[in-house]
Amino acid sequence: MIKAILIFNNHGKPRLSKFYQRYSEDTQQQIIRETFHLVSKRDENVCNFLEGGLLIGGSDNKLIYRHYATLYFVFCVDSSESELGILDLIQVFVETLDKCFENVCELDLIFHVDKVHNILAEMVMGGMVLETNMNEIVTQIDAQNKLEKSEAGLAGAPARAVSAVKNMNLPEIPRNINIGDISIKVPNLPTFK
Amino acid sequence: MALKMVKGSIDRMFDKNLQDLVRGIRNHKEDEAKYISQCIDEIKQELKQDNIAVKSNAVCKLTYLQMLGYDISWAAFNIIEVMSASKFTFKRIGYLAASQCFHEGTDVIMLTTNQIRKDLSSPNQYDTGVALTGLSCFVTPDLARDLANDIMTLMSHTKPYIRKKAVLIMYKVFLKYPESLRPAFPRLKEKLEDPDPGVQSAAVNVICELARRNPKNYLSLAPLFFKLMTSSTNNWVLIKIIKLFGALTPLEPRLGKKLIEPLTNLIHSTSAMSLLYECVNTVIAVLISLSSGMPNHSASIQLCVQKLRILIEDSDQNLKYLGLLAMSKILKTHPKSVQSHKDLILQCLDDKDESIRLRALDLLYGMVSKKNLMEIVKKLMIHVDKAEGTTYRDELLTKIIDICSQSNYQYITNFEWYISILVELTRLEGTRHGHLIAAQMLDVAIRVKAIRKFAVSQMAMLLDNAHLIASNTQRNGICEVLYAAAWICGEFSEHLEEANQTLEAMLRPKVTTLPGHIQAVYVQNMVKLYASILQQKEQSGEKEAAQEITQLMIERLPQFVQSADLEVQERASCILQLIKYIQKLQIKEVPVAEEVIALFAGELNPVAPKAQKKVPVPEGLDLDAWINEPPSDSESEDEKPKTIFHDEEQRHSRHRQPEIDEEELARRREARKQEQANNPFYIKSSPSPQKRYQDTPGVEHIPVVQIDLSVPLKVPGMPMSDQYVKLEEERRHKQKLEKDKKKKKQKKEKRGKHHRHNSLHTESEEDITPAHHVDIITEEMPENALPSDEDDKDPNDPYKALDIDLDKPLADSEKLPVQRHRNAETLKSPDSEAPPVEKSKKPKKKEKKHREKERDKGKKKEKEKKVVEEEEEKKGEDLDFWLSTAPPPVSTAQPQSGPEVSAAVVAEPEEVKKEEREEQQEEDEGKVSSKSSKHKKKKHKKEKEEKSKDKKKSKKKHHSEEEATESVQNGTLDDEPLPPMSSYRLLAENPYIKMTYDIQGNLQNDSQVTVSVIFENKSTSFLKSMELNVLDSLNTKMLRPEGSSVHDGIPVPFQLPPGISNEAQFVFTLQSIVMAQKLKGTLSFIVKNDEGSTHEKLDFKLHFSCASYLITTPCYSDAFAKLLESGDLHMSSIKVDGISISFQHLLAKICFHHHFSVVERVDSCASMYSRSIQGHHVCLLVKKGENSVSIDGKCSDSTLLSNLLDEMKETLSKC
Repeated sequence: MIKAILIFNNHGKPRLSKFYQRYSEDTQQQIIRETFHLVSKRDENVCNFLEGGLLIGGSDNKLIYRHYATLYFVFCVDSSESELGILDLIQVFVETLDKCFENVCELDLIFHVDKVHNILAEMVMGGMVLETNMNEIVTQIDAQNKLEKSEAGLAGAPARAVSAVKNMNLPEIPRNINIGDISIKVPNLPTFK
Repeated sequence: MALKMVKGSIDRMFDKNLQDLVRGIRNHKEDEAKYISQCIDEIKQELKQDNIAVKSNAVCKLTYLQMLGYDISWAAFNIIEVMSASKFTFKRIGYLAASQCFHEGTDVIMLTTNQIRKDLSSPNQYDTGVALTGLSCFVTPDLARDLANDIMTLMSHTKPYIRKKAVLIMYKVFLKYPESLRPAFPRLKEKLEDPDPGVQSAAVNVICELARRNPKNYLSLAPLFFKLMTSSTNNWVLIKIIKLFGALTPLEPRLGKKLIEPLTNLIHSTSAMSLLYECVNTVIAVLISLSSGMPNHSASIQLCVQKLRILIEDSDQNLKYLGLLAMSKILKTHPKSVQSHKDLILQCLDDKDESIRLRALDLLYGMVSKKNLMEIVKKLMIHVDKAEGTTYRDELLTKIIDICSQSNYQYITNFEWYISILVELTRLEGTRHGHLIAAQMLDVAIRVKAIRKFAVSQMAMLLDNAHLIASNTQRNGICEVLYAAAWICGEFSEHLEEANQTLEAMLRPKVTTLPGHIQAVYVQNMVKLYASILQQKEQSGEKEAAQEITQLMIERLPQFVQSADLEVQERASCILQLIKYIQKLQIKEVPVAEEVIALFAGELNPVAPKAQKKVPVPEGLDLDAWINEPPSDSESEDEKPKTIFHDEEQRHSRHRQPEIDEEELARRREARKQEQANNPFYIKSSPSPQKRYQDTPGVEHIPVVQIDLSVPLKVPGMPMSDQYVKLEEERRHKQKLEKDKKKKKQKKEKRGKHHRHNSLHTESEEDITPAHHVDIITEEMPENALPSDEDDKDPNDPYKALDIDLDKPLADSEKLPVQRHRNAETLKSPDSEAPPVEKSKKPKKKEKKHREKERDKGKKKEKEKKVVEEEEEKKGEDLDFWLSTAPPPVSTAQPQSGPEVSAAVVAEPEEVKKEEREEQQEEDEGKVSSKSSKHKKKKHKKEKEEKSKDKKKSKKKHHSEEEATESVQNGTLDDEPLPPMSSYRLLAENPYIKMTYDIQGNLQNDSQVTVSVIFENKSTSFLKSMELNVLDSLNTKMLRPEGSSVHDGIPVPFQLPPGISNEAQFVFTLQSIVMAQKLKGTLSFIVKNDEGSTHEKLDFKLHFSCASYLITTPCYSDAFAKLLESGDLHMSSIKVDGISISFQHLLAKICFHHHFSVVERVDSCASMYSRSIQGHHVCLLVKKGENSVSIDGKCSDSTLLSNLLDEMKETLSKC
């Protein structure tokens, strides 16, 4: 079982938090902080497993994480999950994000956390891995987006126009925080089916 | 209307959407909190609008704020509104918000049931999908119960997208509503073979998750999984299945054998490291489960170790980490094969990655030997010095202590070295583990007598330099060592050379800054010191010196009397008075030393931490009974309801699965014993530590190695352990040389006879003898301590509820509740309302078939129970058949003893037993009573969930049937506690082994009894190759395996390490059972100890009493009356005088020892019934007079009756 999925940046700002066990909001923040603290002090070329934090459940649990440019993707899992499998799953997740957002960068995650949640929901459900095939995930996401668009219809068009205008007026949004090395493959790890 | 809507949405267009909110927060970095509270106010306004688009926008923003740590539960109702929007866009937002913030405590969650049901059955698959996803995060027991049936239907949805989600969510439903597992399981199993790989993978996922918690219930799926494993190409599925097999193999060693080959193939063929790693892991699990019996799997071990070495050597840190992790698993069973890679693991200690270093440390723990301990610890000490983070340093510290102290200090050859290592460790600053070092110091000093002198000198040094250690007390845990130092110096003060100096060190004013509990120990131990100094001075006639020391105490003690710590204050003032009194006596020139020292006479021995817990409760002592009258109700009204409720809850949980619990326990215990027996690192504690302790020679007999005084002992902080390493090396070298010399001599002598013998001698571990004879005192335990598993139980395990037997047919009442429109006239429970679910029909049909078959065979004893049993058997057979295609198993390793009869169970709380008895009784009642109750019998199946309900029902029935007399079941009507009784009797005993036995009739076979024998190893040697043989009589024969002659013994299927007991069962066949019988027999075994092994024999007489042929069979009072009236029974009676125990106990005794059950009891008169394995009825009427008991018996066989009564007389006369 996956206990929690966290995405935060190099400064520990949460970009997505998904807990599959009930924790109060305060505890959730504490867990994010603690996890960030554990993960961020590790060098780049050390192993991607950490024996669990204190807050999120005990000796059976492990933190499995990957670091892409400005973002940390952390999965907290128990012993029924394969460590290397989860690493691959993170890779699949990031690649899927890359496909859905076309060259994903941290800003996409900042402004569209709801979409990231929707993508994640097609991969992991209630803490269990639902789908690992990227094409299948993208197909379902696309179909749902299409459905959304058709529902918005007339009323949606002006709203989209407005948000485009809003974005135009704000030149200060930096566009260059790209997750440049998004397609880095783990050495010696053949991609997973 | 449409225009209005468009207009409305244009108005709202300039509301903040999620992006605006995020942007706003980023632009208000300085006053983020203020800005957000503004936004929340806006959101509250938006939520009041009717427009669903506005609402959903607000909820979407709330979801974002939730991530930032804001509690949004106040908007729960609005979230539900958005969830129920008709558009998918909004619905999705609503469900996302719900999944992030709803939980079991959310009160409005019950409002969602119907909405979710509607969405589940929506024609749009994405509505359904989004509802399932949301539900998976916030499902509650109520939702699970109400929606289980809907979700189950979705498992067969046409779209695989829905199917896989429905399958996956079932796991969550099972967790919250365990009753749904059995009805849903058949369909879940079907999904393992779903055409869609995603659905299949989901099903595998769920079953693996279930099986991980309760593997034994899923053993029967092994063939199916095996097929999947060999056919699937999906690595996710393969990994899950392989992990599952890893959990199943410990339960079924034959499965492991079947797995080895395909797994090995996968290891060779796969290119995915993740799969390879899991395969290696499972092979290791298989090897562990087989290690008991299979010596020739070295090839597989080699393969694993090789592959792991490749992983560890890989440049990828992840693989390195996992390689080490898996290596540590192999280490447990095959330490030799790992030890050859010591170089690699020591190398990993230098890795820059902390996780890897920690893993390597774990491995080191298992790799030390007498030879390399010092070297390894030396290396670790270097790391301690280098380590920067306190966590890693603390970890190193605990590891060093763990490594050294493991298995009773097995690997330490030089304790001086160890003490100096501990002293060196005290130099660590800021460690949290001061108490750990202290505990070690105490333990070593107490248990290794020979080291006390040295330890005391070191501790005195520590006390002298206490100011260094306790420099900053607040955050310094290391001052704990002073606790140990003070105690050791006090307790073993006779070894102290400069006691005066130490006493002064302890009386320094600085001491008062130490934590209270340490000061308390200081105070107590300075008196011990004082006492021994006093004695010393008095003996040498230095009266003045003695008075001086007294004066010193009187001067310095008041600083402790003023302490704020209560303990310190109390001890100090008490002692101050004592010393003042001593001073008075001294002035009168009365010699006092002898009396003062008498205060601290005697030795303190170590006591095992669990010792108190293991003291068996003596017979007749009831710990739950009130000592005084219970307080009156009025006083405790507030508290009482709570405790009652609590009690009931506990009892309830027991109700559910008492048997499984015990079996499980016994199984675990068995497994553990087995593991211990095979674990080379497990040192068995000797059976009677006290005895051993007495045998040990006193301190004076132990040669104490002269301490090399060239080593500057008293320089604080100087690492000395290196010196000891050198000394030790020299010693070993010398030793070796001596040995070699001896050998050469021998060689010279033997040269003529043996040529190339002994020429290739390498130094092995055994050759290193400890520096001095070390006598390690084991911890004290009560004499008859039982091996208990109490500690392993976790009553709060949420997965325990899912421990459900899935192979039993489904009962009517187990179907999932189906929601319907409520009918005005019925308000039944959902259970009774439910129409039959199609699945449950299948097993029923099977049942019927079975029954027909049986009828055809003409068996009259038609028992529902049997049918069920047979079905189970059949399933078992299926698995057996599948497994048996593998090479035949090696039987010696399989523990045979039945868990139900293990000795520990006898000591279980009486309550549980009563419980079982009642249950059994009820099951059996069906049989004895006439055919009309066939209907009832159906319900008497073993299903636990139903049990309690049924019980109540049937009980009610009984009451109405026989209102006149109160029926008593097995004489346990009153809650009066019964003394613990054991049916195990002594069979034979010698200094090596003790055998106790019990005989039970066999329900299935009318001419067999099972003899359970508990073998207890009383010696300190290893007992093996036990073989039990009995001289058969004409009437009674031991059942031997086919092909063996009557003179062959039966091997006992286990070996016994010292102090361990285990149980084996032997089956005997008999012809006539009317007479008691005795069989002569012999147990032969091999005693193996350090000196070698010897053959031993123990003769015994196995006594088959007539009572052992009886089977406790309950009987209705009307059936009993009929039986008595029938007149086929012979009668006989006895009378026993001088009975003092209560009637209640008396009945319990007869029930327990003679296998009777109470039919009726009126005052001090009871009728009892039992049946022999060959169907003889035995009826008793027991009457109790003032001091006597009379028993009238009726039986279908007069000889049997008279023999039974004789036996009973014997039992009763002992009362």
